[in-house]
Amino acid sequence: MATRNGGSRAGVYICHCGTNIAGTVDVKALADYAASLPGVALAREYKYMCSDPGQELIRQDIHDHGLDRIIVAACSPGLHEKTFRRVTADGGLNPYFFHMVNIREHVSWVHEDKASATAKAKDLLRAAVRRIRLHQPLERRTTPIHPDVLVVGGGIAGIHAALTLANAGKRVYLVEREPTIGGHMAQFDKTFPTLDCAACILTPKMTAVRMHPNITLWTLSEVAALEGYVGNYKVTVRRKPRYVLEDLCVGCMECIEACVYKQAKVPDEFNLGLSKRKPVYIPFPQAVPQVLVIDPETCIEFKSGKCKKTCVEVCAERNAIDFHQKEEIKTIEVGTIILATGFDIFDPRRIPYYGYGVFPNVFTALEIERMINASGPTGGELRLRDGRQPGSVGIVHCVGSRDEHTNRYCSRVCCMYSLKLAHLIKERTGADVYSFYIDMRTPGKAFEEFYNRIGEEGVRFVRGKVADVYPSDNGDSRLVIQVEDTLLCMVRKIPVDMVVLATGLEAHKDAQSVRRLFNIGCSSEGFFLERHPKLAPVNTFTDGIFLAGCCQGPKDIPDTVAQAGAAAAESLALIQAGCIELEPNTAHVMEEVCSGCKTCLSMCPYQAISCLPEKQKAWINEILCKGCGTCVAACPSGSITQNLFEDEEIFAEIEGILAYA
Amino acid sequence: MPENYEPKIVAFFCNWCTYLAADLAGTSRMKYAPNARVVRVMCSGRVDPQFVLAAFAHGADGVLIGGCHPGDCHYQEGNCKALRRYLMLKRVLKDVGIEEERFRLEWISAAEGDRVRAVMNDMAAKLRALGPRRVVRGTDRPAEVAA
Repeated sequence: MATRNGGSRAGVYICHCGTNIAGTVDVKALADYAASLPGVALAREYKYMCSDPGQELIRQDIHDHGLDRIIVAACSPGLHEKTFRRVTADGGLNPYFFHMVNIREHVSWVHEDKASATAKAKDLLRAAVRRIRLHQPLERRTTPIHPDVLVVGGGIAGIHAALTLANAGKRVYLVEREPTIGGHMAQFDKTFPTLDCAACILTPKMTAVRMHPNITLWTLSEVAALEGYVGNYKVTVRRKPRYVLEDLCVGCMECIEACVYKQAKVPDEFNLGLSKRKPVYIPFPQAVPQVLVIDPETCIEFKSGKCKKTCVEVCAERNAIDFHQKEEIKTIEVGTIILATGFDIFDPRRIPYYGYGVFPNVFTALEIERMINASGPTGGELRLRDGRQPGSVGIVHCVGSRDEHTNRYCSRVCCMYSLKLAHLIKERTGADVYSFYIDMRTPGKAFEEFYNRIGEEGVRFVRGKVADVYPSDNGDSRLVIQVEDTLLCMVRKIPVDMVVLATGLEAHKDAQSVRRLFNIGCSSEGFFLERHPKLAPVNTFTDGIFLAGCCQGPKDIPDTVAQAGAAAAESLALIQAGCIELEPNTAHVMEEVCSGCKTCLSMCPYQAISCLPEKQKAWINEILCKGCGTCVAACPSGSITQNLFEDEEIFAEIEGILAYA
Repeated sequence: MPENYEPKIVAFFCNWCTYLAADLAGTSRMKYAPNARVVRVMCSGRVDPQFVLAAFAHGADGVLIGGCHPGDCHYQEGNCKALRRYLMLKRVLKDVGIEEERFRLEWISAAEGDRVRAVMNDMAAKLRALGPRRVVRGTDRPAEVAA
């Protein structure tokens, strides 16, 4: 059968994928069927097509049998399309003389009846055989990679990624929304399971960021817009006013002392409202940058314009305070982007029966972290709201995790941080500590040993999901934790002085808008979606944008740092390659058919199409075209073609699916 | 209706949302009706009305288009273009006697594997109930067209 570019000798390869495909699809029948189709020179089935022998089979057959087209029926093209294109090219064919048929994710894994699954696979295969005859040889375009990197989010993930890249000699822009970097880790007291203090391991890295000549740190800043594509992103960053000039402030904090507010009155965000701050403040003593910030919502000068401005007086010739500072818009060009935007803590008010916000002595775990921290609001003393030290504490696990009413997933860190808090509370106060858990999850290096140690220290573990927290009726201001102890098979009511809720981790409340801004996806829980859970865990579906830390899903500090390092390495790999090959699925205009109607111009979201004035014909700028094909579908005269998705190819696919040949 | 009639559906899924959702349904081992065959396109905006007509012309019992949710399109607004064409096509198809249930546009994000399952099952069930496509006769035409 003669078709354009040949295409008469296709090789068809059916993958068993162990039993993943072969268990549901009759692979032998499928291969026999494929061999009977016109244009197919040979058809084989093999255990694992993606393995070395599988790949070699294709290369050898191209050579021995003069194959001119390759079809592999296996998993999703998302997984191995690139692999087999490379194999096709290695065999001496154009890599786009390859087509992949998805008979795993779309067939064997979703159907049970072998006959109908095999029938479906045959239809898809027939469509591919018809389509592939029409495939054109295509060239990949290459585009240079800008060597600068943008890191969004200055928690431990962003810090580690930025430092790794900067140490490799790359210029990094680190953009953080808050007045300081450090993220949630800066709020923690000690870290499990080694119990080294969070500040001792984090603050040197924060300082390193500030000192690093390759890092431009922008706090109080947000990414406002993103244009471009991998290697060539143009980023607009909005820098909010701090009202204290970063270059001039020396961080002496005299202005805090001098503020006309004699008493601090504003709830301190860093300490979760457990202490107060003034309108001019520094989030915490080790903040980076060591520059104060004025909160315009509470500063008298901003409210009335009639403040005595004692802060300006004391700042004197340093002259660092500027009430007229304006928002700044910066535009930067980068080649790759690492998103490390972190997470939010689950709001326990959503579970009313735990009484958070109702009973004063119900705390979140993060509040306890702050309280127990030596530089925290109580100087490291664990206190009830009335100032007493608790004699008994109940820690409730899985608050907002593993619960069909809130979040179904496990937040991964709560068991371990609850054990850590149990230890610290016992150490500081000698209180009786109860830990109410559903399952104790301690998978990690030295985690189980830590659990055993905490048990030996006398923490009382109660297996059961807490049903209710209510005030005791003895008039002693205690709280009663009601729980079904599933090991004793009885309901227990345990009075305690303090309840600690081990709140889970949630996707950041802005995750959806950030996702849209960077054109990436979210999983159903709202965390950013990685390209592949195992093989591309820090990549996204948008090339050149990588993920690090809890924005991708709950994880502890070691995993976060590992992931940040991986994201930095992926970014570095692109930069070092210098250029990247882009998919050739762009659209182009056949001038002789174009009538110059300009219908396509308004279709293109990237302004890639223009009308050549002298010819009155449409013209597509291949650099700007991202290959969606919307213009192709809109062209009334059929004069636009999209590589890899040509009209004829798709028609052939449709006809192939429906042909009963 | 022939015995054991099973409708055949041609599905056009966008590469970034619905195709991935179908992959997710697979990796999650969700089971659904095996009636649809997926044609991958980069964007639901790539679906030329002629693809839909060709599918029906070659005997499809139903056509399903899957794209990203409005506002989430990988190419900004290709899905909105798909919606416009869908609404236009729906009227054309109705006029030629193809029942509304046979042509469907669904927004399914990459996270919504369960939605793929639900739509596949629902559409297959509806088309099964509807039976094979009939050749249009003058009397089958909607009144407003016949008049």
